[in-house]
Amino acid sequence: MSGKRKKIVAFLCNWCTYTAADLAGTSRLKYEPDIRILRVMCSSRVDPVFILKALMDGADGVLVGGCELGDCHYQRGNYYARRKVAVAKKIAADMGLDPERIRLSWISASDGPRFAEVVNEFTREIEEKGDTPVKHEAYV
Amino acid sequence: MIREIPRVGVYVCHCGANIAAKVDVEEVARFASKLDFVESARDYKFMCSDPGQQLVVDDIREKGLNRIVVASCSPRMHEKTFRKACQKAGLNPYYFQMACIREHDAWVTEDPGEATDKAKELVQGAVSRVLHHESLVPRTVDINPNVLVIGGGIAGMQAALTIADAGKTVYLVEREPCIGGNMAKFDKTFPTLDCAACILTPKMVAVGQHENIELLTYSEVVDVEGFVGNFKATVRKKPRYVDMDKCTGCGVCNEKCPAKAISEFDQGLSKRKAIYSPFPQAVPNTPVIDRDMCIYFKKGKCRACEKFCEADAIDFDQQEEKITLDVGAIIVATGFKPFDPSVAERYGYGKYPEVYTSLEFERVNNATGPTEGQIRLKDGRVPETMAIIHCVGSRDKNHNAYCSRVCCMYSMKYAHLIREKTGANVYEFYIDIRSPGKGYEEFYNRVQSEGVQFIRGNVAGVTDKAIGEDEKGKLIVLAEDSLSGRFLRVPVDAVVLSVGLEAAEGAEAVARMVGISQDQDGWFNELHPKLAPQATPSDGIFLAGCCQGPKDIPDTVSTANGAAAEALSLIMREKVEVEAAVSSIDAERCMGCRQCETICMFDAIEYDSALNVCVVNEAICKGCGLCASTCPNKAIGVRHFGNEQILSEMEGVML
Repeated sequence: MSGKRKKIVAFLCNWCTYTAADLAGTSRLKYEPDIRILRVMCSSRVDPVFILKALMDGADGVLVGGCELGDCHYQRGNYYARRKVAVAKKIAADMGLDPERIRLSWISASDGPRFAEVVNEFTREIEEKGDTPVKHEAYV
Repeated sequence: MIREIPRVGVYVCHCGANIAAKVDVEEVARFASKLDFVESARDYKFMCSDPGQQLVVDDIREKGLNRIVVASCSPRMHEKTFRKACQKAGLNPYYFQMACIREHDAWVTEDPGEATDKAKELVQGAVSRVLHHESLVPRTVDINPNVLVIGGGIAGMQAALTIADAGKTVYLVEREPCIGGNMAKFDKTFPTLDCAACILTPKMVAVGQHENIELLTYSEVVDVEGFVGNFKATVRKKPRYVDMDKCTGCGVCNEKCPAKAISEFDQGLSKRKAIYSPFPQAVPNTPVIDRDMCIYFKKGKCRACEKFCEADAIDFDQQEEKITLDVGAIIVATGFKPFDPSVAERYGYGKYPEVYTSLEFERVNNATGPTEGQIRLKDGRVPETMAIIHCVGSRDKNHNAYCSRVCCMYSMKYAHLIREKTGANVYEFYIDIRSPGKGYEEFYNRVQSEGVQFIRGNVAGVTDKAIGEDEKGKLIVLAEDSLSGRFLRVPVDAVVLSVGLEAAEGAEAVARMVGISQDQDGWFNELHPKLAPQATPSDGIFLAGCCQGPKDIPDTVSTANGAAAEALSLIMREKVEVEAAVSSIDAERCMGCRQCETICMFDAIEYDSALNVCVVNEAICKGCGLCASTCPNKAIGVRHFGNEQILSEMEGVML
């Protein structure tokens, strides 16, 4: 990996993907450092506005992580998250942004290796896409 | 909205070398001290230590700090610790935010420079978030005093007994027809050589008869909902086709049943009937009908068991039942399964009949086993030489890298039993002897003095291809003796593979159900490997026995009592504080569209038709935040996870 690091914002649900990220840490799995993790209680908390705001503020990519379908701590929150992310992608595309800069992944709490894999994969994809076309005043 | 001028204190933890070896903690603290509203920023060796927490307490009191940020481990680890410290100093615990620079940074980033940059941004995010925090008061809810124990091996039984003896109700759920688990299959136990059945049977009976234990065998927990103090577990009770209330356990059905099947309990070395109890001392002693092997279920006629049952207990119409249990705490004690050596072909398991797994050899040695405790080859001969191979599936990069802890000791127990029962020559092939435990090293010395040959070296394979006359008709163990540097061919009559331990079948489903995680080997993760070994990151869920890693019987019993004590300490509190982070609706902005009411997964939102607004029932709300992200008017906020809080953190990490 070379060049300037990207800005990738991740909204991870407390019960699964955030725990998987913790597990990746305790297992000392190394992954790309571009990601910035924010904790939400459920992936369904992620308002499409959050995702779009992140992109407009200059994020090169946004990752939303939730429990595997059927395993949501709150029963069905991740199904709602799936719709919300779909809406965000649609709006992003309408705004002229590449919807593939948004990624939704289901990673269970016990899957630290999968978390590291997804981060590396997504970082690589964003690297290939290059810097976001959005120029925010505060973003240098 | 910022009501008072924030005075933020930032503390960057070294975590010994865990963080400081990768992240330049002093630089991060320097950086933090320049952020808006930051009054003081410092780094410290161990923030979670007493002096570390005291720093926070003193600074709040002396410097008048009203917002605290600690950059250290995951909030799932120590958020509560620091919230408490804030509270101690008189600051509302919700004026605290954690930046995870260990699990999400120091431990996962290669380059120290990049790790430091990431830490700075995470701290910046936490500082900008904490400015928007609000003071919250945690809610208190009642704790249900019942406990659910999943798994009826020695760990689950011990935990259940300890809790039941304290006068609390325990539901003990076991998926097999009876309790006892793996230990019930053992013959002798090291290093004291007391027989497993002699020490286990009284415990099984105690469990079966205890007035505070409701035993649910042949049952599986299929769903767990709720939260600490208030779990709702759904248990699927498989049909036994025998009425437990009527059955006297006389065993006539078993005698009369014409259908035979392979005995799982005897590791396939003997046969059982289609209606069976796994072993004679089984608790409960009500048999089950194996539907797949029963002639009546297969062909529509037979019913021999029914004909001979004097108690009229056979019930072919029994259906599966689902029951719901309300409990305050759950102990997971799902145990282990032995490593299957057929995947390691070089040992010849499955190919040569005289190659046994350790659990098979336990049954061979057991007086109720297939040979009634006599060590005999399949053709009935007494073996003259035997080999025991250690570390099969353990300490092996191709299978499991970890040490299974018990194999050295049980292997030496076998050596002793073989010497005692047959006088055969015994060769132990080992990598290292691991005998840490009370009386364990002494047992090793004893077995050595009994003439057992210890050969230090990895076994390359087991073959029946004889070279010399002395190898004809024997199994030849090919090994390296790493002490003399020679390659050996050792002809023996039978081989015992000391297989390692693996997480039990279905452990993953259990982990998901109760919301705990597994490590890379499948064992359940404890809250803290040293200081909270029985608790898990999910409040109210505790671990006992081998489900968290290989253990011998004494350690299993200790952890079971530990888990029981933790569960008791929780339920005896009677009340528990739960997250204050629930939703609330701004009545002025709500337009009464009722979308939130429709989507709420817990029916926590009600519509007030008089005012045309929706209202959150805080006692039911779980704080997932779905309503907040759905509300088209942005009238719903989630306390502690509000839009402003999340977005300001996001802006912080991206600046």
